[in-house]
Amino acid sequence: MTPSPRLTRRSMLALLNLSAGGLVLGLYPTLGVAAPATKASKGLTPNVFLHLSNDGRLTVVCHRSEMGQGIRSSLAVLLADELGADLALVNIEQADGDEKYGDQNTDGSSSIRGKYDALRLTAATARSMLETAAAQRWRVSPTLCFAKNHVVTNQRTQAKLTFAELADAAGALPVPRAEKVTLRPQAELEHVGTNMPLLDGPAYVTGKAVYGADVTLPGTLVAVIARPPVVGGTVRSVDGSRAMAVRGVKRVVQVRNPVPPYVFQPWGGVAVIADNTWAAMRGRAALDITWTDGDNAAYDSDEYRKTLSESVNTPGVVARNVGNVEQALAAAARVVEAEYHVPHLAHLPMEPPVALAHFHDGRCEVWASTQNPQEARENAAKVLGIDPKDVTVHVTFVGGGFGRKSKADFVAEAALLSKEMGAPVRVQWTREDDVQHDYYNAVSTQKLTAGLDASGSVTAWRHRTAFTPIASLFAPISAPLVNDLQQGVLDLALAAPNVRAETGRAPAHVRVGWLRSVYNIFHAFAVGSFVDELAFAKGQDPKATWLEVIGPARKVSLEALGVKQLPNYGATLEDHPVDAGRLRNVIERVTQISNWADRKQNGKVLGLAAHRSFLSYVGVVVSAVTRPDGRIAIDDAWVVVDAGLIVNADRVRSQMEGAVVFGISHAFYGGATMKKGATVQSNFHDAKLARIRDVPRVIEVEIIKSTEKPGGVGEPCVPPVAPAIANAVFALTGRRIRRLPMQLEVSV
Amino acid sequence: MSLTLTVNGVEHHVDAEPEMPLLWVLRDLLNLPGTKFGCGQALCGACTVHLDGRPVRSCVTPMSRVGAAQVTTIEGLSPNGSHPLQQAWVELAVPQCGFCQAGQLMTAAALLASTPHPTDDEIDRSMGGNICRCGTYTRIRAAIKKAAGSGP
Repeated sequence: MTPSPRLTRRSMLALLNLSAGGLVLGLYPTLGVAAPATKASKGLTPNVFLHLSNDGRLTVVCHRSEMGQGIRSSLAVLLADELGADLALVNIEQADGDEKYGDQNTDGSSSIRGKYDALRLTAATARSMLETAAAQRWRVSPTLCFAKNHVVTNQRTQAKLTFAELADAAGALPVPRAEKVTLRPQAELEHVGTNMPLLDGPAYVTGKAVYGADVTLPGTLVAVIARPPVVGGTVRSVDGSRAMAVRGVKRVVQVRNPVPPYVFQPWGGVAVIADNTWAAMRGRAALDITWTDGDNAAYDSDEYRKTLSESVNTPGVVARNVGNVEQALAAAARVVEAEYHVPHLAHLPMEPPVALAHFHDGRCEVWASTQNPQEARENAAKVLGIDPKDVTVHVTFVGGGFGRKSKADFVAEAALLSKEMGAPVRVQWTREDDVQHDYYNAVSTQKLTAGLDASGSVTAWRHRTAFTPIASLFAPISAPLVNDLQQGVLDLALAAPNVRAETGRAPAHVRVGWLRSVYNIFHAFAVGSFVDELAFAKGQDPKATWLEVIGPARKVSLEALGVKQLPNYGATLEDHPVDAGRLRNVIERVTQISNWADRKQNGKVLGLAAHRSFLSYVGVVVSAVTRPDGRIAIDDAWVVVDAGLIVNADRVRSQMEGAVVFGISHAFYGGATMKKGATVQSNFHDAKLARIRDVPRVIEVEIIKSTEKPGGVGEPCVPPVAPAIANAVFALTGRRIRRLPMQLEVSV
Repeated sequence: MSLTLTVNGVEHHVDAEPEMPLLWVLRDLLNLPGTKFGCGQALCGACTVHLDGRPVRSCVTPMSRVGAAQVTTIEGLSPNGSHPLQQAWVELAVPQCGFCQAGQLMTAAALLASTPHPTDDEIDRSMGGNICRCGTYTRIRAAIKKAAGSGP
């Protein structure tokens, strides 16, 4: 690549990163040296995750995408601690998409959970090799050698060899098999569990962090695409002559139509390719297109609520069954029931989807803010008709993901258009594109029915749920899968002797995709609201009702749950049981720190909810107030999280804080609606999100100290927030919220 | 047509139309990608820069309105990340994904320049145009107060 006059600072960066084999995303003042160790240097490379150069610098490869969860900081600390490395000598390199790293899909709150020991093993292997190299030097047993602070010490003589001195010798040793390597005792991991500084903080605050739209190659063109407003729609006619007249516009190109199942195919439509973003946007605005809307043209999301309501008011497919719910309901002294609705929700990351692709000589190189670089690689290869090995995907910082950027549709669009243009092409989604062409979270209606005996005890619990399944993206499936109900229905500990969960039909008319905590959002909303309704019906304190509904502390077996199997987020029940005790404990703790018992004396109006998801347990209390302008707002929030063993306390806390705000958006503003098949909202004026005034003064977070196996962190706090808010609003106003977003008229 | 503008103290000549928004001049013509595109409609604040010290949304600020004003972007807020807000942002680990933070910082810097010790309400009013989907708002408030010498 020859530098052109337009090859300025930004493109230089891209080129430098090319030669380094990956994007170097930012450097940290105390954790990290001036430059990463180069691949060419000798030293120790026991696996694809680590490289110790013979000058002592340690490069940790982050194979997961950084989207705000702090994985780059957390991973570096975890591996450095296990290795015994000096954090000041650690540098982070962002991995390209490659199966050699194992699963790279940064979703499911899974970067640490389930992989904690496997990640540590990569560093423990390096440590073992350094200790063996030192032992050979000293002619002693490796068991006498101990690695810490970038030095191996002979524990008998106190002799020392630095990692730099040992790197080449260790690198010449055979890599030991996993079973020959032992992990450090947990207590030796010096920084794990503490508040680690934010690795990329300086890059973020100086504008130097490189996101998807920030990479430019010489000759880069920008594409903006007019996509069919209705899923399944196609271009009937297009006249691009006015678009071509816009200065800077190079071409108008029709994008191939997707065919069902849509998965992550490009969406079709018409692309305007220009030499800058503004020209492409203006060119698109000047397109004269007519559309054929296709099979989903009648979709009206308000009308669709009736379809969902019918589904949950008739018996469905049984997903969970204990005892005999129908008999118990018939025999109940009292029946309480309620129906809840949560609309489609849009992801709305602050960075709209964007990818740069450069197809040349039968190969394609991609820079994208993707949560799933391997999927991006496969998807680009598929549309180009080439081998995935001939596609390289570099991962930039992800400017908000929340599940949207696990879908590589925008990468495929860029790959196709780069091939078409014979030039590097950046596909830039506008906010309107993002709002109107999202993979929306499933729309859902649920019906909860409880039977109470004469003393008020819950004897029967029936949960019917209907929601548009994500599976509809991959196959013609029009009802939730039983396994989908693991998210807050199958894994809910219940004391009631008769329990039944059923799924109802819900054909999708838009693309459905996972959004941060996914089906848990509406399951927790329904269950969390319903427990509060039961409390009111029983004249009981909601905290007592919660504990009564869950039942005593116990690990609940599949048989007791009444389910044949539980996907359990990919974990075994031995490692991660359904632990009613841990759910009870977060309720106990969060009611403690929020002074729940004294709320009336303190003049506070509080709402409570708790939920298990992604193998973690979270309890939330919020206080609702009426502002002087009549607006109802959340004044304080308390979160207690039991995520098992944690790595980076500050990033756990920040994820809880962010999840509270995410939940506030769902409760007050969330919801994408469709008329005639097309999304009504278009930008942040009607696709609203929580702003700073909507947010509590204080979000107090308590992390339960635990030695249990790590659970998820990024998602589990989202589900209990909206029901806690709805319950607080009920306590404040007497109005029961059964539908999100809350329709609260402001009375001034 | 050729237009002249001054960004972070440096004069540039660009070939652009007067209606081209400043955002795209900065990003696409001057290769200053620290200023972010979030909505294109002045609804999210991700593109906030200063014109003669006043915060503006560069996505709806045409070049014709920039004129001879001094443009300051996140790249020019301080030479090396030493602005008190940048330091407070790092110390309190404000950013999550980081994408909106340049805009947040530019809005906050303009606030502190005019109101050195803002109250919570003043912070909420001034920062109300900047969305953070990650939800870092409580730390943004704390960091502004810290930088103002009145916070934690």
